[in-house]
Amino acid sequence: MSGWLSVRAIAIVALLLALVLLPVHVELGGSRFLLTLFTRIIILALAAVSLNLILGYGGMMSFGHAAYLGIGGYAVGILAHEGVFTGFIQWPVALAASALFALVIGALSLRTRGVYFIMITLAFAQMAYYVVAGLARYGGDDGLTIYKRSQFIAPIDLSNKVQFYYICLALLFGSMYLVRRIVNSRFGLAIQGARSNDTRMRAIGFPTYRYKLVCFVIAGTLCGLSGALIANHTDFVSPAMMYWTRSGDLIIMVVLGGMGSTFGPLVGAVALLVLEEVLSSITEYWQIILGPLLLLVVLFARGGIDGLLGKVRHG
Amino acid sequence: MADLLRVENLAKRFGGIVATDDLVLNIPEGELHAVIGPNGAGKTTLIAQLSGQLTPDSGRIHFAGSDITAEPMYARSALGLARSFQITSLFLDLSVLDNVALAVQARAGHSFHFWHNARREPELRDPARTALARVGLSARADLPASALSHGEHRQLELAMALASRPRMLLLDEPMAGLGPEESARMVTMLRELKKELTILLVEHDMEAVFALADRITVLVYGRVIASGKPEDIRNNAQVRDAYLGEQEAVHA
Repeated sequence: MSGWLSVRAIAIVALLLALVLLPVHVELGGSRFLLTLFTRIIILALAAVSLNLILGYGGMMSFGHAAYLGIGGYAVGILAHEGVFTGFIQWPVALAASALFALVIGALSLRTRGVYFIMITLAFAQMAYYVVAGLARYGGDDGLTIYKRSQFIAPIDLSNKVQFYYICLALLFGSMYLVRRIVNSRFGLAIQGARSNDTRMRAIGFPTYRYKLVCFVIAGTLCGLSGALIANHTDFVSPAMMYWTRSGDLIIMVVLGGMGSTFGPLVGAVALLVLEEVLSSITEYWQIILGPLLLLVVLFARGGIDGLLGKVRHG
Repeated sequence: MADLLRVENLAKRFGGIVATDDLVLNIPEGELHAVIGPNGAGKTTLIAQLSGQLTPDSGRIHFAGSDITAEPMYARSALGLARSFQITSLFLDLSVLDNVALAVQARAGHSFHFWHNARREPELRDPARTALARVGLSARADLPASALSHGEHRQLELAMALASRPRMLLLDEPMAGLGPEESARMVTMLRELKKELTILLVEHDMEAVFALADRITVLVYGRVIASGKPEDIRNNAQVRDAYLGEQEAVHA
C-alpha cells in the first residue's frame, strides 16, 4: 500500500499542480501555444475519463466512443449555425443527443460480446460519421465554422482563453470525481462485477444488461460534454472529430494511462498528446517511435503509466 | 411438507443427444436431495435448466409455488434459488469480501445507487463478513479472490451462496478437486447448512452424498432410474449395475 509520499502520489499532485498553474506560467511570458495545447489535452482527457468508465471499470470495449465527441460538437455547431448561441440550450442539447445516441447504440450492442461488441460500436460510430459528412447544409465533409462561442451569463466568457482553460479543467476534475463516486457505489460494484464475471452476476440476481446500458449512457453523455468543449475550443466542427481513428486515440489514452484508475485517463491523455507534439517536432515519422512505446506499455505495464508509478487498484 | 421445487417432465436434447429425458423431480422444503449418476448423465445440464442458464425443450419447473420455466437467471435468483458452480466462478479481480458483498447486494433491491461508497455500507459489508466467518474465510477477506487456493475458492462460493439468503441452494459438485481434509470440512459445512436450507446437491463423492442426503435421485442418460432414501439406493440392483458397480470398478 502506498502512503502519501509514494512516487505515484507525488507525480499525480505535481501533474495536477502543473495543470492548475499553467495559465500563470503563460501569463508570465510562457508560450501561448502551451495554453491551446493543454486546453485540448484537458478536453480529450475528459473524453478518456468517460471511456474509462465503460472500458476500464465496465470491461466494455467500445470502439466508437469518438461518435459522442462529434455529436456533442455538432449539437453546438448546428445550433450556433441556426442562430442559437446560448450555452444553456446548446450544452443540454449536446448532452441529451449524446445520451440518446448511447442509449440506442448500447441497447443494440450490449446484447453481443467480445469482437462483435467492438465491431458494432465501431460500425455505428462510422455510420454517424457518414451521416454528418452528408449534412450539406452544415458543411458536409468540410466541416462547419462556429463564429460565436457558447454564450453564458455575465462573468463567464468562453472566448477568454484563460477562463475557458479553467472551465475545462474544472469540468475535467468534476468528471473525475463523479466517475470515482460512481465506481465505488453499489452501481459501480455491479458494473465491475459484470466486467469480472457476467454469468455469475446474473446467477446471483443482477440484471447486468440494464446496469451496463445505464453505464454506457452515462459515459456517452459525459463524452458529449467533451465534444461541446472541443467545438468551443476550435471554433470548428468536422466529421473528422468522430472518425474511428479518434476512437482509437481515446482507447490508447486509457490503456496508456491505466485502465480502471481514477487518474489513468488524464495521465494517458497528457502522455500521448505531449509525446505526439514533441515527437512530431523532431521527426515526420514520429509514429515509428510512438508505436513501439505503446507496445512496451501494453506488454510490460498492464496497469499503464499509473500502474508503473505504484499500486493499481480496481475501484 | 410442501414441495419447494417441482420439476415436471423436463426434456432437453442437444442434436441427437438426450441430456434430460422426461425428468420428474420433487424436492420438499428442508430436504437435502442428492442427484448422482455417471459422467454424461445430464446432472450439470439439469442444474443449468433449474438455474435458468439453459432453456428446456419441454416440461415445467415450479419453485415456491410459481412457474419459473420461462424466468431468466437473475429472476430465479431473486426468488431465492441460488446456484454454485462446478467450475469455480468468482469475481477473481475483486476482493474476497467484495465477492460476498455483491451477493448481499443482489438481494438488497436494485443497484441504481450512484453516490454512496458501497464498500462503507454496513448493511452490505456486515452480512458479508458474517458469511465469510461461517465458512472460515474471515482472515482472507481483503485479499483479491485470485489469491485464494482452490479449496478456499469453494468455501468462498459457499459464502456467496449463503450471503444471498436463498431458500434453496443448487450445488454443482462442491467437493470437486478438494483434498480429503478440505472435503471433510465441506461436509461439515453442508451439514450445518442443511438445517436451514433446501439443497440440491450434485456430487461425485459417494461418501459425502450418502453422509448428507435425505433422498437420492440416480440419473443415467438423462433418465431417472431410481429415487429414494440412501439405503434404498444403496441396495437397488439397477443402480448398482448402472453406476455404483462402475464406480467400484474405477476405484479398484
